[in-house]
Amino acid sequence: MTTATQPAAPRPGAPAVPAVRVQGVEKSFKDVHVLKGVDFDVEKGSIFALLGSNGAGKTTLVNILSTLLKADGGTATVQGFDVAESPGDVRRSISLTGQFAAVDEVLTGRENLVLVARLRHLEDPGRIADDLLARFSLTDAGDRRAATYSGGMRRRLDIAMSLIGDPPVIFLDEPTTGLDPQARIEVWQTVKALADGGTTVLLTTQYLDEAEQLADRIAILHEGVIIRNGTLAELKRLLPAAKVEYVEKQPSLEEVFLALVGEKTTKESR
Amino acid sequence: MTAHVLSDTRVLTARSLTHIVRSPDTIITTAVTPIALMLLFVYVFGGAIQTGGTESYIDYMLPGILLITIASGVAYTAYRLFLDLQGGIFQRFQSMPIARSSVLWGHVLTSLVANLVSVAIVIGVALIMGFRTGASVGAWLAVIGILVLFTLALTWIAVIAGLSAKTVDGASAFSYPLIFLPFISSAFVPTDSMPGPVAWFAENQPVTSIVDTTRALFAGQPVGTDIWVALAWLVGIMAVAFAFAMRIYRRKAA
Repeated sequence: MTTATQPAAPRPGAPAVPAVRVQGVEKSFKDVHVLKGVDFDVEKGSIFALLGSNGAGKTTLVNILSTLLKADGGTATVQGFDVAESPGDVRRSISLTGQFAAVDEVLTGRENLVLVARLRHLEDPGRIADDLLARFSLTDAGDRRAATYSGGMRRRLDIAMSLIGDPPVIFLDEPTTGLDPQARIEVWQTVKALADGGTTVLLTTQYLDEAEQLADRIAILHEGVIIRNGTLAELKRLLPAAKVEYVEKQPSLEEVFLALVGEKTTKESR
Repeated sequence: MTAHVLSDTRVLTARSLTHIVRSPDTIITTAVTPIALMLLFVYVFGGAIQTGGTESYIDYMLPGILLITIASGVAYTAYRLFLDLQGGIFQRFQSMPIARSSVLWGHVLTSLVANLVSVAIVIGVALIMGFRTGASVGAWLAVIGILVLFTLALTWIAVIAGLSAKTVDGASAFSYPLIFLPFISSAFVPTDSMPGPVAWFAENQPVTSIVDTTRALFAGQPVGTDIWVALAWLVGIMAVAFAFAMRIYRRKAA
């Protein structure tokens, strides 16, 4: 059995297979119909934001795509692999960074990275860990237990763990929920750098500004279906004004906060 | 992916053993209660208990104490598994290309190591308190084998509790009846001193056959049919608990 982390590339000349393809996916929990036929594609190497309020089903969808849950209907493929039929191939192609930082608090940052590298059966886990610690500015904290990390550091470690083995597709489920503004900006920079390196990123968020900052394409999941799917410019024309106003409040508050604490604002990256 | 079961299990066992090494209090607290019980029974109640044999009371009650040690020790397995589920690291493992069952086996093997260390500590204290055995190497191996089976059987019950618990307290609550079970057995007093229905229960519940077998092995006496009854109970409980645990796990893991 091969353990290649990169699945076979599509035949030359064949139309590019989307990194993620979701078609008519349905899921119910008991009587609650969470997903009622969700469709979208995520292009390779792009950042795709799934926007929706709490309980919209974003996490359910991410869990289906990362083989943690089975869909009741429809199909979903990741790198061309069907999540229901070849979960093993899907798992080799993806990395999931869940809503809560999935780090082992008892282990040090470095040990967390070594653990994941070992479980992915990579050679020289120690070197991989050191490289990632350096890349995520965690070298000094590498030998401290993850329990002592700040929220932002923990999230960075979490994402670093997800990058081990260079999975071509990364799912980030609400990567900045619960983080302070500085930590959010750190995460945003990390995600941008990932996409620049050719990784496909699917992220879920309830913050419009996050989607605005990061995404090439944004889909809005509402009451179990995708009600809008487009680029930022397309969506800005479509969204009802009231909805925009509500979410837009957050970046302005954030700017005030960042100005007060003397940090550079997010303006430069806009 | 089956090729990785062993290496993945080894990596994950090393991980949870690190947890124990970093908080050795889990092993100490596991050993403290049985040791306290042992002191209490030997030096307070023991003088008034007639076991009907010639052996010293500590020789009589040590097997039961060892079972109590394991019954309280497995609660930590449920606890650690529950924390993995809560913390999200379980989901990370599930979304990675690793052998599925290795996540559980890592916890189970860790439980085995931790409980055997606790048992060794309790036996050490018992030796200081005057426990003596004429057991041969073979008898010792048989005792260890029975304790290993007992630990595995109870650990798989702990896995069920850890996987299905809603709260931290719920994750370890299952162990209280298990800790209590040796008291209604031949572990501390002979069952014929108990009133009819209680004696019937005590004689027919698994702990009595396990205790009687272990006691006979320590005393260098023939184990008779007790060992087969004990093994049947242990293997049966382990098989049922394992099957249930895997079913719940598969449902969790989709």
